[in-house]
Amino acid sequence: MVDELLGIAGLSLYVAAASTAIASLLGIPLGAFLALREEARGRRPSLTIAKAVVFTMYGMPPVLAGLLVYLLISKEGPLGALGLLFTPGGMILAQVLIVTPIVTGVTYSAVSSVGRDVKDAARSLGAKGWPLTAMVVEEARLGVLTAVMVGFGRAISEVGAVLIVGGNIRGSTRTLTTSIVLETGRGNFAEAVGLGAFLLVIAFGIFLVLRRMQERGYR
Amino acid sequence: MTVPIDVRSIRKAFGEKRVLEGVDLAVEAGETFALVGPSGAGKTTLLRIVAGLEAPDEGEVRIGGDGNGEGSLGRDIGFVAQRPAVFRRSALENVAFGLRLRGIEDDRVERDALAALDLVGLADLPDAKAWTLSAGEAQRLCFARAAVLQPKVLLLDEFTANLDPANVGLLERALISYHKENQATILIVTHNLFQAKRVASRAGFLFGGRVVETADVRTFFSDPKDERTRGFVNGEMPY
Repeated sequence: MVDELLGIAGLSLYVAAASTAIASLLGIPLGAFLALREEARGRRPSLTIAKAVVFTMYGMPPVLAGLLVYLLISKEGPLGALGLLFTPGGMILAQVLIVTPIVTGVTYSAVSSVGRDVKDAARSLGAKGWPLTAMVVEEARLGVLTAVMVGFGRAISEVGAVLIVGGNIRGSTRTLTTSIVLETGRGNFAEAVGLGAFLLVIAFGIFLVLRRMQERGYR
Repeated sequence: MTVPIDVRSIRKAFGEKRVLEGVDLAVEAGETFALVGPSGAGKTTLLRIVAGLEAPDEGEVRIGGDGNGEGSLGRDIGFVAQRPAVFRRSALENVAFGLRLRGIEDDRVERDALAALDLVGLADLPDAKAWTLSAGEAQRLCFARAAVLQPKVLLLDEFTANLDPANVGLLERALISYHKENQATILIVTHNLFQAKRVASRAGFLFGGRVVETADVRTFFSDPKDERTRGFVNGEMPY
C-alpha cells in the first residue's frame, strides 16, 4: 500500500517536474523574445497575435489539451508510431501543452517589467540577440522563477489531461490527482481526502524550496 | 586613433511632439564637447540617437565614418545614462559584463574590471551587490562599466545629475583622467554650466530642436554670438 502510494507520488512528481522543465525551456526564451521584440519594434500585428494566442492558451481547458494530445498520439494519429498513448511520456506531452503558455506569459510580464534603462545599459555595452535575452532573463529571474512555480503548480494539480492521455492505469500512469478522482468515484472519500492532503504536502515542500530560492535572489 | 562624431540633419518626433528639428553637430576627434540646453530641449534624445539606442526619423549619425547602426558592439561607443542602471549582480560582474561579451579571457576580465573600479574609487567594493550601492556609487559603477571597454567615443547624459559634490568631483576627475589616457571623443549632455566649463573644451547650445551655436568653451560662455545662447548662459531661460 505504502509502496504503491510512493510510486503514485513519484510518478506525479516526475510528470509535473519533467513537463515544467520542458515548458520552461520553451516558454522562458519565448516570453523573453516576445517582450524584447515588442519593446524594440512596437506593437506590430504579428506580435499582438502571438501574445493573444499565448494568453488564450492560458485558459485552455486541460481536458481539451488532453483530447488534442490523445488524437495526436493515438494509433491513428500523426504521432501514433511513437507509442506514447497511456504512458508517462504522453502525459508529459499533454502537460507541456498546458504549462508552456503559462510560463511564456508570466515570463513575458517579468521581462517587460525590467527597466528600459537596464536594457539600454546592456545594449550600450554591446548586448543584442541571445546575450541580451539571457541577460534580461537573469535580471528578471525572480519573476521568471514565479513563472516556473506557477507552471509547476498547474502541472502537479492537473487531472483532466493526464486522465485522458494516461488512462489512470494502476502501476503505470496513475498519479495523485487521478487517484483522487478514482477514489471519489468509488465513494472512498477518506482515501481521496488523504491523497489530496498528501498532494498538498508535496506541493508545499516544492514551493518552499522555490520560495527560498526566490528570497535569496531578493537579498 | 581618435574618432569624430558627425550628426547630420537629425529629426525626431514622438507622436505629435517634434523633439529634434534638423540637428547638425560636429564633434571633433579627441575633444570633450558639452551640449547644454534647457530641460526638454531634446539633449537626451539626441544622445540616445548618437548611441544607437534610438532611431532618428531623418538624418544620420556618422561615428568615425560609420553611419547609423544598431547597438554599439564594434562601434566603440560608451554610454552612461542619467539614472544609474546597475545589473543585479556584483559590482565586479557589472563592470565585467561588456568584457565577457567580447570573449575576453577571465584573468584579463578581472584585472581590467578591478582597474576600472579603481578609477572611480570603488576598488574596495568589487563583491558588493550593485543594487545595494548608494546612488553616487552606482553611477560611478556605471561609468566604470562603460570606461572599462576603453571606447573611443564616450557619451554621457547628465551623468552627475542629482549627485552630491563629492561624487560629482570624483566622476569628473575620472572623466578627465579617462580622456587623457584614451584620447577619446567625449560628448557630454548637461544643464550644469559649471560642469561644462570644467570638463569640456567646446560647447554647444541645443534649443528648439536645433543646435543654435557652438564655440570653444571660453567664447561660448564669455562671448556667445546668439541672443538665445547669451540668455541661457546668463541664467535667463529663453522659454
